Amino acid sequence: MTKLPKAWYMDGRLRHLALADYEGTTPRWCPGCGDHAALATVQRLLRDEQIPPDQAVVVSGIGCSSRFPHYIHTYGFHGLHGRPLPIAEGVRARRPDLHLFVVTGDGDCCAIGTAHWIHSIRYNMKMTVMLFDNNIYGLTKMQTSPTTPKGGRSNTHPEGAPLSPLNPLSITLSIANVSFVAQTADWVPAHFASIVKRAHAHPGLAFIRVLQRCPHYMDHHWEPIQSDPRRQLLLFHPEGVPAQANDQRAFPERLEHDPSDLARAREVASRTDVWPLGVLYRNPCAERYDLDTAVGLGMSGADKLAALERELTQFEV
Amino acid sequence: MSSASMPEGSSSVAVQRVREHIVEFVCDSGEGAQTAGQLLGTVAAKSGHGVWTVEIIPAEIEPPVRSRAGASGNRVRMGRDAVTNMGDGADVVVAFNEQVLYSRIDVGAFKRGTVILLERKWAEDQSQVVRAAYADAIVEFGKVGYDVVEVPMEAECMRVVEDPRRGKNIWALGMVTWLYDLDVATVETELGKKLRSKGEDVVARSLELLSAGYSWAAGHLRFRYRVDCAPRDEARVVMNGNEALALGTMAAGIEVCSMYPITPATSVSHYLARSLKNVGGFVHQAEDEISAMGFAVGAAYAGKTPVTVTSGPGLALKSEFIGLAVMAELPLVIIDVQRGGPSTGLPTRVEQGDLLTALFGQPGDTPKIVIAPSTIEECFHDVVLARKLAETFRGPVILLSDANLATGQQPFRRPVPNEAWLSPPVDRCDWDPQVPPFAWDPETGLSSRPIPGQTGGAHVVTGLAHDERSRVAYESPVNQRAIAARSRKLATLFKSLRAPAIHGADHGELLVVGWGSTRGAIEEAVDRIRADGGAVSSVHLRFLSPLEPGLADIFRRFERVMTVEVNYSDDADDPTVPKEARRYAQLAWLLRARTLCDVECWSRVPGMPLPPGTIETELRARLDAVGVSSARSEGPPQGRGASA
Repeated sequence: MTKLPKAWYMDGRLRHLALADYEGTTPRWCPGCGDHAALATVQRLLRDEQIPPDQAVVVSGIGCSSRFPHYIHTYGFHGLHGRPLPIAEGVRARRPDLHLFVVTGDGDCCAIGTAHWIHSIRYNMKMTVMLFDNNIYGLTKMQTSPTTPKGGRSNTHPEGAPLSPLNPLSITLSIANVSFVAQTADWVPAHFASIVKRAHAHPGLAFIRVLQRCPHYMDHHWEPIQSDPRRQLLLFHPEGVPAQANDQRAFPERLEHDPSDLARAREVASRTDVWPLGVLYRNPCAERYDLDTAVGLGMSGADKLAALERELTQFEV
Repeated sequence: MSSASMPEGSSSVAVQRVREHIVEFVCDSGEGAQTAGQLLGTVAAKSGHGVWTVEIIPAEIEPPVRSRAGASGNRVRMGRDAVTNMGDGADVVVAFNEQVLYSRIDVGAFKRGTVILLERKWAEDQSQVVRAAYADAIVEFGKVGYDVVEVPMEAECMRVVEDPRRGKNIWALGMVTWLYDLDVATVETELGKKLRSKGEDVVARSLELLSAGYSWAAGHLRFRYRVDCAPRDEARVVMNGNEALALGTMAAGIEVCSMYPITPATSVSHYLARSLKNVGGFVHQAEDEISAMGFAVGAAYAGKTPVTVTSGPGLALKSEFIGLAVMAELPLVIIDVQRGGPSTGLPTRVEQGDLLTALFGQPGDTPKIVIAPSTIEECFHDVVLARKLAETFRGPVILLSDANLATGQQPFRRPVPNEAWLSPPVDRCDWDPQVPPFAWDPETGLSSRPIPGQTGGAHVVTGLAHDERSRVAYESPVNQRAIAARSRKLATLFKSLRAPAIHGADHGELLVVGWGSTRGAIEEAVDRIRADGGAVSSVHLRFLSPLEPGLADIFRRFERVMTVEVNYSDDADDPTVPKEARRYAQLAWLLRARTLCDVECWSRVPGMPLPPGTIETELRARLDAVGVSSARSEGPPQGRGASA
């Protein structure tokens, strides 16, 4: 009997995956909300990379953006306010095989979940973390967030936010063992897609801050930024997002920025006159805690029993 | 040095045979009394004795020297039969100064006739204040009836080493080795094992000190004991409760321990940090208690049953995630090594104060399984049990240990690990997409789950109210059905449980109900009263949620039922507390609600285990109060004149 070459065999379950394969329930975000763009971007990434829905996990906290897992067809975990990162770390610890995404918001990450944010950067376990930053609490109806601009009116500060906002980029870039920091915006879909693609390929924790419109509560804040290209600074570099042919038209303000330069990244991040868009920092050689936590996977039952007997013998009397 | 060089005990001293003895080593923190006590405990277990050891822990890392608060050490109770608790008054105490003894006296650790082998160097101290304090103590101890033997420990050590503060504990161990006629070679072996990591010089010097202490005792002490020994042919191990929890974790096939340091639970993780990798797992030290729990939740979701180890304050912080684990039906084990509360409370001390928090500590309805080991052996096996329960019933299981079990050492039958304990939690075959991730069985509430990576199983786990397909659902009937399904799992487990065994007769005047580490002391108190004809029995509960079945039936066979617990309750006769405002001990509260029986309670929060004698006294008072005789028989004579 003649044998077919192995490469000719095909697993009957394998087929080309289309965008429809990643559709969850119908999104219920407000019309014009930046979350819609984010959802489409991640779905396209999964389609482009042909990642089976069952091999991807999206973990989120609580807030408007954290509804994300319900609207994408993958494994999802819609957890607790501020705490998606510890859950994602627990998933990653013993599952190097999964494609792992974390969706969080400015209240979730930069207020109630701050401790986890700081330490997750240091752990640098492989995952793509997207901070959807609309500068306001939306789900609970317009309260001040840590990134709300000073003077911004909200239901908790009707006279205007009393303090200047914190800068998530500067904070992340100052944490030991930071390995990937980027910023994009929901209204530049091609840029968003290239950032997510780089982040997903990054060997470690990739932190993306997504500037995101909230047409319902913060339109007055975001509309001027979105519509004035001079307030956005495009970062380009072969190691980050490379320069594109039509950049010049969309982004009059551009800066060649080497993402291996941490000091420059911190400078760029702290600029208040423009919103930098691009990869600020990237270090593919940073220490990865998930390589430690996965040690011992697949040890046989017989080996475990033998080790256990040795442990017990130490206590024998 | 070899054991052959040990002098034979002075033949003029008759050895008294005793059925059991309690020995304490007490000193300032850092003088090594705990090491000496642990070694004595190990050697006694190796010699075939039943043993229970209790650490005497100062509240601070480095308390001032010669202070009452600074007492550090170890109590070793060794006997012919199995020993289940720390016992009452000590028989022999080795003390490096007289001040540390006061704190032990305050907690009733000694009795008339207790022999105190006391370092005598303070009699010649440069400070007049110290000399006077020492002299006063000798007089005072004599008046109370303690038998003080002054021992020139430091002077004798200086014949061997230059700095007697290093190694005095080993000299004292040598003295006790002679005093109890222990096998010198066994002591030497254990000493070598204990100090191996400190280098050959330290081991050699310690063996010399051991020998010196032994020789001094042989030449100077006029009394000597031998604790009876029952023949044993089974392999035994000796360890403390936290080590047993750690080994149980390994035997359960748990690959992930995520924790945050907290007394008195941390030593579980210390052991696992060294050893879990040997069975293919790892320990994650998280940035806080919340994250430690979140990490466990994530690992559980990804198909690994994890353990997180904590104590009261940590349990409080984990509460939100515990609620999520119940809601999302994720299997994981939470070990709570209870300490004194509330708030920061008594970090190193004993209390059983977290029972109701474990059961009801989350907002909303969060049914979960709660079990409590009552011996060191159960600490081992209950982790294996907890993991199986977590997976079978798809949710968190809380295991309540406490500071008494954590540091108490007890020998028990060597467990025989079984590959079935290790088996992977879930089948990774393709999932039928028609089967929802929460296909609650209407009768049992049980369902199985697809885990990430499993083809066909993609779904979103959520802490929001959800239906069988894990879709967010705000509809009233769905919410009712989902909460009922999660609750039903406890009823299902309940149906598989047996009624608890009764210690003593199955009917009588008084039934004592306990849980957790008080088992040994309660049963010993019950046995003493029963020996005098008192109609007392006891029941000890291992399952607290759900409670074990048949309790109301058992309670009805006794005139009175009461719990004995180490948590707070108002005394029944407290004139400042109106009857209707009386707050009951935690198990009593639960039993009253569940059985509608008038369950009484007696509880104290001394920060230490309840000695059997204290429980005995309380139970006798209860019997006497209702006119039932519990006449105390003449106890055995005590002190060094005693003979068995």
